[in-house]
Amino acid sequence: MTADTFVIAGRTFASRLIVGTGKYSSPSVMVRAHEASGADMITVAVRRVNISDRAKESLLDYIDTTRYFLLPNTAGCYTADEAVRTARLGREAGLSHWVKLEVIGDERTLFPDNEALVEATQVLVREGFVVLPYTTDDPIVCRKLEDAGAAAVMPLGAPIGSGLGIQNLNNLKIIREFSRVPLIIDAGVGTASDATIAMEIGADGVLMNTAIAGAQDPIAMAESMQLAVRAGRLAYLAGRIPRKMYANASSPVEGIVGR
Amino acid sequence: MTITLNGDAYDLSGPLTVSELLARLDIDPRRVAVEHNLIVLKRPAFDHTTINAGDQIEIVNFVGGGARARQIHP
Repeated sequence: MTADTFVIAGRTFASRLIVGTGKYSSPSVMVRAHEASGADMITVAVRRVNISDRAKESLLDYIDTTRYFLLPNTAGCYTADEAVRTARLGREAGLSHWVKLEVIGDERTLFPDNEALVEATQVLVREGFVVLPYTTDDPIVCRKLEDAGAAAVMPLGAPIGSGLGIQNLNNLKIIREFSRVPLIIDAGVGTASDATIAMEIGADGVLMNTAIAGAQDPIAMAESMQLAVRAGRLAYLAGRIPRKMYANASSPVEGIVGR
Repeated sequence: MTITLNGDAYDLSGPLTVSELLARLDIDPRRVAVEHNLIVLKRPAFDHTTINAGDQIEIVNFVGGGARARQIHP
């Protein structure tokens, strides 16, 4: 098999699994889970520094930035303006012009506001950002994001943190067929098989946080996700057999004793 | 004089640079990004950007994940 590389905007990644930094019980668990995941891209949120409580350590004290590529995100932003400002701040804080763009439309579902998302993508692409937008599993929105200059499209498998697994596999297959930029399934993974299914339909990568951070043993789950993503990718490249209605014997049908 | 710092009123004795403000707050300038009146500053500009009464300053850094709360108000 020829080398299977994962490239976004000209940058090659060793792993097709992208992981988050939220909801871990402690920084040391997070660090060990990151190691076990084999990921080389990690997403981080941009937030106001707590002025009244300066004792808090920085997340960057725990992340080896020579080993991991940091992807600032705009989680928690509800308008295109907020997301654009946050992306600009993230660029200055991290010296990375990449952004996982989120413009949330509703607090309860955390579904994206796709209209504002396309608008923010256009603005940030003009400013030279590599934009990876988190979107719904809508092929038309994904096409609009691609037309706006997004470096990848990141449709959800299910609502953020829900762990429901992929809800609309058919849409994701259509997005796979339509899309000329990398397809990353972002959000909704609950367990390893969900990640494998995403990769088996030809997704280029999977991004997850809660499935690992919220597991009873996040370090073991991180390793399981590494294997799941690799297994799904290999199965996709290997090319599965077609589904058939009836049995098709594996053993020769000639030379059966007594016949 | 009073400025707005990360959304809250904050009192200072007089105009100062962004670098001076960060030093006063004991914040490592290499770990944060600063927005001055909605304009994101390049780090070299911290030394010569003066903060005056009524100015709006946002100081941000990286934290884990993505919290739900709305954090930056336009």
